[in-house]
Amino acid sequence: MDIQNVHPFIIFFAAITTNNILLTNFLGMCSFLAVSKDLKSSLGLGAAVIFVSTFTAPINWLVYHKLLVPYELEYLQYIAFIVVIAAFVQIIEMVVERVSTLLYLTLGIFLPLITVNCAILGCALFLVIRQYTFTQSIAYGLGAGTGWALAIAALAGIRARMEKKSKVIPELEGAGIALVITGIIAMAFIGFSGIVRIN
Amino acid sequence: MTPIITAVLVLSALSGILTLLLLVAEFFFASYGECTIDVNKGEKTFKVEGGASLLTTLAGQKLFLPSGCGGRGSCGTCKCRVLEGGGPLLPTEVPYLNDEEKKTDVRLSCQVKVRSDIKIEVPEELLSIKEFDTVIESITDFTHDIKGLRFKLPEGETIRFKAGQFANLFSRPYDDVREETSRAYSISSAPSDNRAIELVIRYVPNGMVTTYVFKHLKEGDKVRLIGPFGEFFLRDTDREIVCIAGGSGLAPIRSIILDMIDRGISNRKATFFFGAVSQRDLYYVEEFKAIEKKHPWFRFVPALSKDDSDHPYEKGIITEVVARNYGDMKELEAYLCGSPGMIDACVKVLTGKGMPIDRVYYDKFS
Repeated sequence: MDIQNVHPFIIFFAAITTNNILLTNFLGMCSFLAVSKDLKSSLGLGAAVIFVSTFTAPINWLVYHKLLVPYELEYLQYIAFIVVIAAFVQIIEMVVERVSTLLYLTLGIFLPLITVNCAILGCALFLVIRQYTFTQSIAYGLGAGTGWALAIAALAGIRARMEKKSKVIPELEGAGIALVITGIIAMAFIGFSGIVRIN
Repeated sequence: MTPIITAVLVLSALSGILTLLLLVAEFFFASYGECTIDVNKGEKTFKVEGGASLLTTLAGQKLFLPSGCGGRGSCGTCKCRVLEGGGPLLPTEVPYLNDEEKKTDVRLSCQVKVRSDIKIEVPEELLSIKEFDTVIESITDFTHDIKGLRFKLPEGETIRFKAGQFANLFSRPYDDVREETSRAYSISSAPSDNRAIELVIRYVPNGMVTTYVFKHLKEGDKVRLIGPFGEFFLRDTDREIVCIAGGSGLAPIRSIILDMIDRGISNRKATFFFGAVSQRDLYYVEEFKAIEKKHPWFRFVPALSKDDSDHPYEKGIITEVVARNYGDMKELEAYLCGSPGMIDACVKVLTGKGMPIDRVYYDKFS
């Protein structure tokens, strides 16, 4: 089936499960490992990633297809995407901070952390490689963000329980055991493969 | 050629548009007008443009809070107390604060935004660190390898420091040394003598700055000093104190003793053991003897390790002399200043006689 004909909802669903940006591509690992210590912060960061990826994906689609392609400057996509993401995050942070203190405290403070998040950049690069349409890119951005949030929430939940219930050998404490668990979750997600295929 | 120009133009256009958007957004959303930062209950006030973090705003006013990560909220060293106007505690700060700090309004200054008038409290030392363009008032030869220098501060300026702290002296390029270098030297004058700074400097063979001081500096020369720094100073207790120093380590101890006299502290006994090799290494003896005579709480004990001639001082290495003079040292506190070897040996003797290690304060000269 031609990729352009795939329904956006399928792309959204696949981005969460079979093509989870964190668990199959291992992107956005640094903030994933650092913040997953705390479930509440994880949810905040997850929400911020969903928001940013949903909006930057279509913006970057426009930048790529309407600006870089016509001038044959596809090789500048990396720098262009990074600049767009950074500026977008900055502006959103300023707006959120001004508009609502509550929103700023739950979501806004995490925004600077994801200015240079590779999951967000990866999301923009994948939609180019996979030749998504504009609508599909919105669905993909939303899905990739949701998938990332789901993964960090899962890990944070497990880590919180582990802290109370299990004894980890000292050498594996912290990031070590978090990586092992991430690997196991990733294997579980392989179970989804075959349901949908988008690349 | 054309593709390169197109690339540059397109990228510049993209960056230009984004910059413009950011500036517009900043104008509408991030401008908080003029805010006042009140430091240490009115000791200093800054009028600043609001919107940036407290850390960067203060740095713009030349008040530098320590910061390891440069404001990314990952080191937790830029703490200060925010009494008013800091907004609620953020989740990004919580991991770096203990319960005591949370209760006393301690915040990470890189996470606190200046959005309104704000009242903060920072350690006193940070306010007093300054750069001074001094003029050498006098140079005295104390021994064959130790000189005392007195630096006059510029007209109208004063230095505020705790007795025992040090300052950094900057050498200018000389001979083959092309760069400006700086080294730390303890201040030997009393804090009350705040129009000048006295340093005691011992010659280090091939030392970049000491060579400059010994071979090139003369009275009337201009020298740049920055200070005060350091955590070596007299603690506010009622305990009897033991000071032990060797060589130029006498400097901070002299400052501490002069400061005790100035502040009228006479309820604490203080004994100053000064270790030297032979009589030619002794200096400031007259002054300390005079203090001893005038102030019954003070005792000066010079000790010579390799001088068998007839002299009125104690004989033996400094650790032995200290050990001879005390039985149990449980209730005392100690201030040590000198070479790392001397300090390590002294710490062993002091703790061996029952002094808790957290009451031994020292400044290692290395």
